Amino acid sequence: MSASKDAALRAINKPASFGPDLDISQYSRQPKNWEPCPLSNLPEDIIRRALEVGVLPGQESRSATFFQIDHSVVFRAVQEIFEGKIEMMSAKEALEKYDWLKDYWWKVISVDTDKYTALAELSWDQGYFIRILEDQKVTIPLQACLFISTDNLNQNVHNIIIAEPGSEAQIITGCTLHSSVQRGLHVGITEFYIKNDAKVTFTMIHNWAQNFDSRPRSGAIIEDNGVFISNYMCFKPLKSLQMYPVAYCRGVNSRARFNTIIYGMGNSYIDVGSKIVLQNEGCRGEIISRAIATDKAQIYARGFLQGEHGDTKAHLECRGLLLSDEATIYAIPELMAKAQGAELSHEAAVGKIAEEQVQYLMARGFSRSEAEALIVRGFMDVSIFGLPEDLEREIQKIIDVTTGRAL
Amino acid sequence: MFLTENILDVQGLSVEVSGKRILNNVNLQIPRGEVHILFGPNGCGKSSLVMTLLGFPAYRIVSGRIIFKGIDVTDLPTDERVKMGINVAFQNPPAIRGVKLVGILRRLLPDEEKLNELLARVKFPLDFLSRDINLGFSGGEIKKSEVLQVLAQGGDFIILDEPDSGVDVENLRILGAVIGEMLRGRSALIITHLGVILQYIDADMAHVMMDGSIVCSGSPMKILGQILNEGYRWCEKCRQAKTLRCEL
Repeated sequence: MSASKDAALRAINKPASFGPDLDISQYSRQPKNWEPCPLSNLPEDIIRRALEVGVLPGQESRSATFFQIDHSVVFRAVQEIFEGKIEMMSAKEALEKYDWLKDYWWKVISVDTDKYTALAELSWDQGYFIRILEDQKVTIPLQACLFISTDNLNQNVHNIIIAEPGSEAQIITGCTLHSSVQRGLHVGITEFYIKNDAKVTFTMIHNWAQNFDSRPRSGAIIEDNGVFISNYMCFKPLKSLQMYPVAYCRGVNSRARFNTIIYGMGNSYIDVGSKIVLQNEGCRGEIISRAIATDKAQIYARGFLQGEHGDTKAHLECRGLLLSDEATIYAIPELMAKAQGAELSHEAAVGKIAEEQVQYLMARGFSRSEAEALIVRGFMDVSIFGLPEDLEREIQKIIDVTTGRAL
Repeated sequence: MFLTENILDVQGLSVEVSGKRILNNVNLQIPRGEVHILFGPNGCGKSSLVMTLLGFPAYRIVSGRIIFKGIDVTDLPTDERVKMGINVAFQNPPAIRGVKLVGILRRLLPDEEKLNELLARVKFPLDFLSRDINLGFSGGEIKKSEVLQVLAQGGDFIILDEPDSGVDVENLRILGAVIGEMLRGRSALIITHLGVILQYIDADMAHVMMDGSIVCSGSPMKILGQILNEGYRWCEKCRQAKTLRCEL
C-alpha cells in the first residue's frame, strides 16, 4: 500500500477536473466516537434522517445492513438466511480478512485522480465491503448508511462491492447527516466489480446540508454479460457536489446504465456526470439524467459515452427543468467513438415548465401550483429507470417524502 | 342555485393573441340542456374560442363578457371555471412526461368502481392508464382519453373540440355512442369540421364561424348539408349570413 500512499501524497493538492476547488484543511478530523450498537438503540433523529435516504431501521426488509456514523462503524449484519450468500463488513475488516482484497483496492479509480481520492487514502475512515457470492441471487436489498453527526467533519470512506459470477443484488446506500450539522466534507470512494453474468443495481441517495461539500468518486468494471445499474438521487440543498462516476463495460455483452435525478435548491453548486466506456463486443450503455434547478442553484449535467469497439451501442438522455430565472442548468453531453460501428447518440433538452402543460392540467381543475407540482414530480418519474418493481416503489416513496416539502 | 335560461352567454367577445385579433364580436348563447355545434374552416378561431372560454392567459379579451350560469366569469382563472362545470375535451392536448393518465383520472374521480365502469364504457386499453399522458397516444387514443377525463370530471357543460378527427371507424362508433350518452341531460358545445359526430348525437343548433366571427346559426343538419355540398364558400356568399338564421 505504500505505493498508493506515495501517489496520494503527490496528488494531495491536485484540484479535481470539475467543480469548485476546496481547501481540505478547513474541515475537522475530530469525529464523535460512536460505540457499536443495534440500530434500534440509535437516537431517533438519526434513524429518521436515515429513513429519508432509504435506510430502514428494522432489518426484515433488508438482507444486510451497514451503518457508519462519522468515522465509526456502529452496526453491520447479514440477515441469518442470507449468511453464506452475501458478505457485508467494514472495508478495514475485509482488508484484514482477505489478503486478495488488495487486488481490488484502487484498481478502478486511481488514487492520484485528485486531492479527494488522495485524501481518502491518506485519511481513510472506513467504508463498507460487500460481496455477493457466486450464483447467489439476493432479492431483498442490502443497505448501507454513511452518516455524519459532527459539524464541519471530514469523512472519507472507501467502499468495495464485488458481485461474483452469476450473482445478483440490489444495494441501497444513503448518505446523510444530523440536523445539527451544517458544514463538512464527505469523500466516498466506491469501486464496483461486476463479474461474468452478475447484476448489481446500486441506488445512492444523498441528503446533505446547505454548507456541506460532497465529492463521491465511483468506478465500475463490468465483465462478460454483467449488468451494472446505478441510480443517484440528490434532493436537498448543499454547498457543492461534484462527481463523475465511470463504468467500464470490459466484458463481452456487458451493460451499464446510469440514472440520475438532481433537484438543486438554494445556492447549491452541483456538477454531476456519468461516463460509460464500451470496450468489448455487444456492450450497451445508457445514461438518463433529470436535473431540476430552482432558487439560485447551478447544475452542470454531464454525460460521456465512449465507444472503443465496433459492435457497441449507447444512448444518453439529459433533460433539465429550470424553475427560477436565477438558477442555471448547463447540460454537456459528449460522445467519443474510437471504432467504426460504435453507435452513440444523445438528446439533451433544457427548459422551463411548459405553460401549455400547466393550462391543460388547470383545465382538469388543478390549481396553477398543483399543476406545476404535478409536472415537476412527473419530470422526476423513476418508472423510466427500469428498476425492479419493489425498488421503484420504494424510491418513489423517498422522492415523495424528500420533495414533499419543496413542492 | 340561480337558474338562468342560458348556461353560456358570450356577449360581444373580441380576443387577441400576441397582439393579433383572432375573435371579433362573438355572440353565442347556449340554453340549458341544449347541444350546439360550431362549424368553421381551419384557422377560423373555433379552438381559440374554447381557450378563451377556459380563460387561458394568452387569449386576451379586448372587449365583451362571458357569462356562465348567470355569473360573469370573464376574469376568473381556468381552474375556477372548470370547477363551475366547464369541461373540455381538447383536440391536441400536450404530452406530459411522467404524469400518468391514471393519476389524473383518480384525482377527478376517486371512486374506483365508477372509474372502472367508465373505462369499460370507453373500451380504453388499460395499459395506457399507466403511460405518460398523451405521450405516444394515437389519434383515437387521445380522443378516448379526453372523453374519459371529461366524463370523470362530471361537469354539466361540455366542450368537445373535434372529437371525430383522426379516429378510425370502429373507435368512432364507440366514442360516438359514449358521447351521445354523455350529453343526455347536459349542455354542450361541439366543434366539428366534417360533422361526422352528428351521426351519433342530437344537436339543437349549429353555428358557423369564419374569420373569428359567428356568421350563421341554424339547423345543424341543414348547415352541415350546405357545407358538405358547397364548402364554407356557401356561408361566405350566403346573403342571409350575419342577419338571419339558416332555418329548415
